Amino acid sequence: METTKIILAGNPNCGKSSLFNQLTGLKQKITNVPGTTIENKVGRLRVGNVNIELIDTPGTYSFNPKSLDEKEAVKVFFEKPEPSTILYIADAANLKRNLFYFSQLAQHKIPMILVLNMLDISDFKGFEINVDRLEKELGVRVFKINARTGVGVDLLKKALGEDQFVPHYQFGSADDHTHETHFESITKLLNKTTTLKSKRELISNKIDAWATHPILGYLMFLSVLLVIFQSVFTLASYPMDWIEGGFSMLSEVLSNTLPDGWLKRLLVNGLLAGIAGVVVFVPQIAILFFFMGLLEDTGYMARVSFIMDKMLRGLGLSGKSIVPLLSGAACAIPAIMSTRNIENWKDRLITIMVTPLMSCSARLPVYTLLISMAIPSTLILGFINLQALVMLAMYVLGTVAALIAALVFKWIIKHDIPSYFIMELPVYHVPRWKNIWLTCWQKSLSFITEAGKVILLVSIVLWFLASYGPNRTSGFSIQESVNLEESYAGHFGKGIEPAIRPLGFNWKIGIALITSFAAREVFVGTMSTIYSIGDEENFDQLRDKMNKDTLSNGEPVYSIAVVLSLMVFYAFAMQCMSTLAVVYRETKSWKWPAIQFVYMTGLAYLGSWIVFTLFR
Amino acid sequence: MKLTKLQIGQIARISSIDDSPFKEKLLEMGCLPGVLVKPILKAPFGDPIAYELEEYTLSMRNKESDTITVKLLDPLFNI
Repeated sequence: METTKIILAGNPNCGKSSLFNQLTGLKQKITNVPGTTIENKVGRLRVGNVNIELIDTPGTYSFNPKSLDEKEAVKVFFEKPEPSTILYIADAANLKRNLFYFSQLAQHKIPMILVLNMLDISDFKGFEINVDRLEKELGVRVFKINARTGVGVDLLKKALGEDQFVPHYQFGSADDHTHETHFESITKLLNKTTTLKSKRELISNKIDAWATHPILGYLMFLSVLLVIFQSVFTLASYPMDWIEGGFSMLSEVLSNTLPDGWLKRLLVNGLLAGIAGVVVFVPQIAILFFFMGLLEDTGYMARVSFIMDKMLRGLGLSGKSIVPLLSGAACAIPAIMSTRNIENWKDRLITIMVTPLMSCSARLPVYTLLISMAIPSTLILGFINLQALVMLAMYVLGTVAALIAALVFKWIIKHDIPSYFIMELPVYHVPRWKNIWLTCWQKSLSFITEAGKVILLVSIVLWFLASYGPNRTSGFSIQESVNLEESYAGHFGKGIEPAIRPLGFNWKIGIALITSFAAREVFVGTMSTIYSIGDEENFDQLRDKMNKDTLSNGEPVYSIAVVLSLMVFYAFAMQCMSTLAVVYRETKSWKWPAIQFVYMTGLAYLGSWIVFTLFR
Repeated sequence: MKLTKLQIGQIARISSIDDSPFKEKLLEMGCLPGVLVKPILKAPFGDPIAYELEEYTLSMRNKESDTITVKLLDPLFNI
């Protein structure tokens, strides 16, 4: 059986992902080589008796990459085994610029296929393309398709199983390959093969008058944010309830059927609690990814970058930073990975450094628990819930902190190459639901596997540390501890208590802080482990137990000052190992994750101390 | 004149582009001498500006468009 490698290449926004999904369906995976930054999608398909490995590359404007994702796209061409064919897709409505990257790839003596993506938009613009003539001039096969509806894809698929041709059209001249000469040849080629009929104003321009309006534009963006925020809270609460219910049922079944002993406790209190803690976030994260995908796919996100650039520029960021910052509200990990399309190293680094200050969904359960403990659910002005208001304030706090931190980094980080913001404003189009669902599914899945591994491991280690302690008589051997105070976790907590007492925290909170350095959401799990001995508790019971906890003088441990101080600590502290690992991977140095850890945790300590002192 | 100085809707032809770290980026985006250009949208505060470039829309900061020299076409001429 023959296997050939085909690379799918093209400009951004040309319909490349749609074609990839049309060709491979669900048979695709994101390859993610640890330690490197390669992230390309690989899909498999079979044509006749040929197995094809189709590699999807990030959209690129030229073979001289400017940003990291473009560098990855270009790297694929140099990997072994050599590709048998380059499948080049071009947006028919914008052929001139789309053919420039084609003209560069055509120099490499690799067989190519040219696919013209004919969206309705090109009819609208009144283009006519003579495909036969284009095939003859270029020396390669040319296909017309509609990547959205799939028209023409069958014919193309059949051709992928056949041998293809090396383009013979002379771009530039034998010894002159500048941008100018290549564009000259492309213009000549298009003059021979296309006719431009009438040209009408695009609907995009009309929408843009609103979307980029000095007042309406920002109002529109704000409303979009509110809709997303609202959906994440309300829509996600239903599946989250089902997931929590399902897991508590499962753990009840397991506790009733399994024989007593350490294995049962490990399974129920360690493993199952850990898995539940990961899975319960998936609805929120999936909804956020869905909206982010929607905004990007329709072309609206580029407009947001356009209207935000001037403001963000003053803070050392760029309009392109808006995507990572917003994604940071879901999860900093994919958000930091999405900084790859920021060309300027300094802009990109600052974005990476401040994105984790955006309140991610892992902080949400922490805020939810703490707010329900200390903030009454009263209405202000008759309709604003005080609890919701405090929650909103936490998000604002995170955003403001991120922007201020960016300003500080702008002064500290030295970099000579000036940043620029040269960006295509793609034509608006109707969302390609299939693409959005696929991306949403893949990102959620990678969150479960990536973050899940860490959280699971921590839950098990924590369960062990909280259930066992040093033997008091012999000192070295391990014994099952009777109460938490004598466990290993208790010893750790007591050990750091002097350092966190100025913030109002006791040793129990200390344990949760330590375990949260693996991932923030571990806080709730830790608290429920600490406040429950043996049996699983529901949320309300945990809250009540925590509220009943008192100091030696009889005052409650969780006073309003302590709760607010804790919330501020969680808003600022760098408590996510997965994020630090991604920052290392993206900056290729331990320096930046180390700085990030220190500045964020320092900020958290200071912020908590101020809040505790003020409210005590 | 500089590209930045064009009014919304005015059409001009690019005559030259100054050397800069982003010149190559401009060229590969199809922004090169001989090409017709028309500013169509200004972001709030007048920066960046989006330009129609023959077949598509490209936005850039004024710092970038300041490196591009254009020749204004007769207002009756329409692309």
